[in-house]
Amino acid sequence: MTFDDLKAARPDLAFIAHWVQPGAHVLDVGCGDGVMMDYLQSDKGCSGYGLELADERVLASAKRGVRVLQQDFEKGLGIFGDDSFDTVLCLSSLQMMKHVEDLLRDIVRVGHEAIVSFPNFAYWPHRMALLKGRMPVSKTLPYQWYDTPNVRCATIEDFRELADEVGLEVMECVALAEGKIVSVLPNLRGELAVFRLRKKRST
Amino acid sequence: MAFAEPLQLQSGAVLRDYKLMYETYGTLNADRSNAVLVCHALNASHHVAGYYADDPKNVGWWDNMVGPGKPLDTNKFFVIGVNNLGSCFGSTGPMHVNPATGKPYGAAFPVVTVEDWVAAQALLADRLGIDQFAAVMGGSLGGMQALAWSIMFPERLRHCVVIASTPKLSAQNIAFNDVARQAILTDPDYRGGDFYEYGVVPKNGLKVARMIGHITYLSDDDMAEKFGRKLRGIVENGVAAQGKYKFGFGIDFEIESYLRYQGDKFSEYFDANTYLLITKALDYFDPARLHDGDLAKTLAGTRAKFFLASFTTDWRFSPERSREIVQALLCNRREVTYAEIDAPHGHDAFLLEDARYMNLVRAYYEQVWQEVQTKEGA
Repeated sequence: MTFDDLKAARPDLAFIAHWVQPGAHVLDVGCGDGVMMDYLQSDKGCSGYGLELADERVLASAKRGVRVLQQDFEKGLGIFGDDSFDTVLCLSSLQMMKHVEDLLRDIVRVGHEAIVSFPNFAYWPHRMALLKGRMPVSKTLPYQWYDTPNVRCATIEDFRELADEVGLEVMECVALAEGKIVSVLPNLRGELAVFRLRKKRST
Repeated sequence: MAFAEPLQLQSGAVLRDYKLMYETYGTLNADRSNAVLVCHALNASHHVAGYYADDPKNVGWWDNMVGPGKPLDTNKFFVIGVNNLGSCFGSTGPMHVNPATGKPYGAAFPVVTVEDWVAAQALLADRLGIDQFAAVMGGSLGGMQALAWSIMFPERLRHCVVIASTPKLSAQNIAFNDVARQAILTDPDYRGGDFYEYGVVPKNGLKVARMIGHITYLSDDDMAEKFGRKLRGIVENGVAAQGKYKFGFGIDFEIESYLRYQGDKFSEYFDANTYLLITKALDYFDPARLHDGDLAKTLAGTRAKFFLASFTTDWRFSPERSREIVQALLCNRREVTYAEIDAPHGHDAFLLEDARYMNLVRAYYEQVWQEVQTKEGA
């Protein structure tokens, strides 16, 4: 899989892929159809695993040759040792987790760096919807309130606070819209929040 | 295939000469890179897939998995099934003549281990001119053999496919096996293992052993759904009466009828000494024992890529046991794919049709096949 293939399929992942070092050992928590790991393996010489729970996604990942482990990561990453990975990815999955804080702490434990993305609840159309008295429905939150798998709604500023609390230092934080960086008013104009984080150095 | 060279066994005993029954499916390619060894579990044999022209009812034990167009596609791969030593389907076993005495081995057949089987399988592979398998695969006890291959002959397999297996038996597993063995050993017809000479078979012991084993292959839910507390109908004054107890020790419940039938059927074709030997091989399997119980250290020398699958309702070799293997492989940064199939059928699920399971194995072998083709092209 080439970079152009990835960019065409998932512009957000194409942006994030730049943050993963060539040859890195990677864990993709909630790897979906495995497209990111597929790209990182074939184009950047990375190794590692994808975690998924849903049967059809495990199959889709296996079909791509991704080393996928079927596991409910809501129960943590106990199967992995400390500092096992150069980079842990958790892309557009966090908002579906019940135990966000526990998972983040585990991500800190098993990886040196982490990249986390989630739909930015403070994206202006979402704010507009709320102002009109309705729950937001958008491309990044494409569900009605009663059928959404997203149980956690956060904004860029909210996440920054939690990251600090669980021992993660924010290296970079960008807001993306259509896969491109939003530099002016990111918490308002960005639909996807992307954080590049690393373990805080213990002092 | 006959082997005239003695085989040194783990126990210290030596098999002077021996025979291994095997079957092959598909065609070995020119660079001998498409061979897959399929290892059998307790009561199966080298007859993995298909059926014989003169015996169309005798379908291979993993026919839903192996064959033309099946998940392990014999149009692509050259598949080998071997009957293990000590078994009762043609390879040298306790019912065969001991060259030292001129009489059947009986209980004198040496206790064989998973590692002994794998060593013999490797000698067979030598004879067949296969230096390296594309994959070694097995379920349950067969999975233990695949795992042992990856440890004993790391360079001789590129993929290790371990289904519904475990790195070692639990105390509960061993306990069930010992009850089964006791059933056989205490059957008067067992005659210290030399029943062949007396023209008898310890059928009752074998039957009970199989009944116990069978319970552990099924899940509680599966049994409840299939049988529940359903009663066998009885005939009263020439009229079928439903739902009545018989107030005796015959068959009241359907589950009793089913298990007894399974036990009877098994005792017709299986060998009592083989049952003892194979359950002992299960009990003894514990490769980490040589590394102070450290499975990660045990698997440090492996080179294969791994595919593991377990079944959520399997309480014999539960998903936790497969996860132990996965975890040890992760410690060593081995390439591993692991699926936990939410199937209702307990341990037996590994032999049954389940689209999720079959599709995953198919997808995995598709990757193995692509590697074989790349290798051929190189």
